[in-house]
Amino acid sequence: MDNQLKRGLLDVCVLAAIRNRDSYGYQMIKDMKPYLELSESTLYTILKRLESAEMLTVRSVPIDGRLRKYYHITERGVARLEEFLEDWNEILAIYRFITRQIFPAAASGKAVAKSSSVAE
Amino acid sequence: MNKEAFLAELRSRLSGLPEEDLAERISFYREMIEESVADGQTEEEAVAGIGSPEEIARQVMAEFPLGRLVGEKVKSRNALKGWQVALLVLGSPLWVPLVIAALILLFSFYIVLWALVISCWAVDLSLATGAVASLVSAAVYLKAGNPAGVGFAVGAALTCAGLSILWFHACAWITGAAIRLGRKILLGMKISLSGRKTEED
Repeated sequence: MDNQLKRGLLDVCVLAAIRNRDSYGYQMIKDMKPYLELSESTLYTILKRLESAEMLTVRSVPIDGRLRKYYHITERGVARLEEFLEDWNEILAIYRFITRQIFPAAASGKAVAKSSSVAE
Repeated sequence: MNKEAFLAELRSRLSGLPEEDLAERISFYREMIEESVADGQTEEEAVAGIGSPEEIARQVMAEFPLGRLVGEKVKSRNALKGWQVALLVLGSPLWVPLVIAALILLFSFYIVLWALVISCWAVDLSLATGAVASLVSAAVYLKAGNPAGVGFAVGAALTCAGLSILWFHACAWITGAAIRLGRKILLGMKISLSGRKTEED
């Protein structure tokens, strides 16, 4: 997949993972596992990017004598998620157009076959 | 590999990063391993699940902006400068004359190059002058009624003129070569200087 597109999608995935409740790194990877494989290094990069874009905040919570970092979505992060849903509607419309061109209905398929035989 | 060994190796592989950034990354991986262990995995399994420090370091370095890496390197070089400066001052009786000698050598090479060119043209000029002078003496011999003298002087004039024309071409070639060589030396010096400059930037 195109790197730029994938990066944008992963950002949104991480925001979605903390949309309803604050979460921490290990939990996020576990939650996403059924849908996508996300490495720890990649997650770190995304979290840093979202933090500097002020789409999430971080706080450390002591648990059993160690620290766990919890990530909390900000208003800007929520807005980014909504923006993604809107964008995705447009993308889906484009996708439908593209698939119709590549896999045309039976009638238009015949027309394509005819024109190619004329060309020969 | 256990947790501490993994983190120690990762730390050494990422030692080029700014200290704050490095500490944050290490604590991130530490948390990940500890959470896996709390979730029921052994430390070895948790470490194996994260991947090799080498692979992680390669990915981090690929993503990290080059400018900041180089900046970090220059910073650590500046930290070394205290004793470097002391060494420079203490060693000055040795290296100052050496630098001066090198500059003089370079300068004298330049002078020799251009002296060669100038002497070439001087030879050509004297040949041309010789041709003219021989013609003049031929006229004098003619006036004095000395045919042998005239023949000798005309021969000398023709020889000088011919040599001077041939030598003129040789001079032009030598001058061109000297100019090209001079430019090459200058360019080489520029490249080596700018190379060092970009390294330090």
